[in-house]
Amino acid sequence: MQTIKGKAWKFGHDIDTDAIIPARYLSTTDPAELARHCMEDADPSFPGKVSPGDIVVAGKNFGCGSSREHAPLALKGAGVACVIAESFARIFYRNAINIGLPILESREAASALQEGDEVEVNLEDGVIRETGGGRIFRAVPFPPFMQEIIKRGGLINYVQERVKKGE
Amino acid sequence: MGQTMAEKILARAAGKGETFAGELINARIDMALGNDITAPVAIEEFARIGVDEVYDRERIALIPDHFTPNKDIQAAEQVRRMKEFARRCGIKHYYEVGRMGIEHALLPELGLVLPGEVVIGADSHTCTYGALGAFATGVGSTDLAAVMATGELWFKVPSTIRVRFEGRPGPWTGGKDLILYTIGKLGVDGALYCALEFSGPVIGNLPMDGRFTIANMAIEAGAKAGLIPPDRVTLEYLEGRAARPFDVIVGDEDASFFQEYAWDVTAMEPQVAAPYSPANVYPVSRLAGTELDQVVIGSCTNGRMDDLRQAAQVLKGRKVHPNIRLIIIPATQKIYLQALREGLLEIFTEAEAAVSTPTCGPCLGGHMGILAAGETALATTNRNFVGRMGHPKSRVFLSSPAVAAASAVAGQILHPNELGEVR
Repeated sequence: MQTIKGKAWKFGHDIDTDAIIPARYLSTTDPAELARHCMEDADPSFPGKVSPGDIVVAGKNFGCGSSREHAPLALKGAGVACVIAESFARIFYRNAINIGLPILESREAASALQEGDEVEVNLEDGVIRETGGGRIFRAVPFPPFMQEIIKRGGLINYVQERVKKGE
Repeated sequence: MGQTMAEKILARAAGKGETFAGELINARIDMALGNDITAPVAIEEFARIGVDEVYDRERIALIPDHFTPNKDIQAAEQVRRMKEFARRCGIKHYYEVGRMGIEHALLPELGLVLPGEVVIGADSHTCTYGALGAFATGVGSTDLAAVMATGELWFKVPSTIRVRFEGRPGPWTGGKDLILYTIGKLGVDGALYCALEFSGPVIGNLPMDGRFTIANMAIEAGAKAGLIPPDRVTLEYLEGRAARPFDVIVGDEDASFFQEYAWDVTAMEPQVAAPYSPANVYPVSRLAGTELDQVVIGSCTNGRMDDLRQAAQVLKGRKVHPNIRLIIIPATQKIYLQALREGLLEIFTEAEAAVSTPTCGPCLGGHMGILAAGETALATTNRNFVGRMGHPKSRVFLSSPAVAAASAVAGQILHPNELGEVR
């Protein structure tokens, strides 16, 4: 797995899926179209300023609310390479792993990192560091079973293999 | 060590003697659900898996209810993809407009979700079926695709928070008030990764419709499931309705809980959640006088018969305030017909409310009652996030149908007790 290097965009606690992608845009499943409205109701300027490879840093319960997979799809479509949060709402957590949007849980990184910080994330070992020899944080590691799903590139590939093996 | 209800249901679905919180398991799924927003994504992902058939044609429900009757061409295209998939795969439970209802009212009504079962739905309010004693939880579209192909899904067994309601609720305090109070106490992430289990004498006396409301909003406290152990009320509801045989599963006496709360509801006022969080909860009297533009009574939370009867009890012989648009949405066709037969639709129409065909519509800002900038609504729905019912600069308060109906008459938030006599 690669190392991610990007600029941090900071959000608060309880960022809900209506803020990540409002329901008024849910009559499409196209990630590029969803990306045009990503985080619109939390920060209307976000779709215009986020660059591919950037990192979203948020507080607790990121992605609460609806089960819409359009939320991680919109973030991925907007080029967000990773979301670091204090905690994730559980459906968002599943969805992100299932579609291959890297997420990391770290209370310390989520509170210490500031908007505009340049951040490096190693998904393999969960180490988050400020670029240029700054502070280092360690994310809560994924259980081995989830690492398997992530390694295979999402749930569909994982299920595909199992179906082929006739398990 | 004893197991909780959640642990026991998941153990059985995983084919294990027992399981405990924290374990990762693979569970057999008894029923899987998708709607017109989440199913199209699931159908695309299903195609990528490379199987031709779904795991069981009778255990998948595809319900077009969010943007239906189709609100625009894009919504129509999504429903068409669903319909074609349902026909091609021979999905038994696909319901078109005229036969459909809001998914979380429709599936229990059809007897498709039962005690002791594991149910997943690509919709966060799938937890509603916990009211019947099923372990039911919301997942994403990719999870739904995996289940449609294999009939199984992985779960981390949750620990359980038990909430017990004691005392005697007042005449206007019901399921919605109990769950809003709970969310207000726990916060929107207070039950994150946990199951909530509701018990005590107040739940025992609560009819099924109020129980559905409670389980429905468990997700608003971050919970994975909202469980109510089945009892006489549950079994009466299922009599002649259950589509399959089932086994009631309840927790062991010596099960251990992550947290336990007991609240006395005797003096509890009806509860209202203020913008922009369902945990921002106050007694109705604290918010009385808040001016409104729109009132919505309906949704998977409060669009059932008891909800409509409560609204009708308040609205009978009264008129909706001239400043207010009151929109009432029976949750299923069957509820609509029953409301018609009981004369409720006449009461609503004479009160100058608009009555709609079943749809999730306004709850998620889809259609059938969108708010403009600066407008305020009181709704019996489940979320009041920024932009939830329309413009990001609109506001939504959440309440029971009784408070919503009284407030529609008053033009501002009002305790139903304060309405005065019908003239």
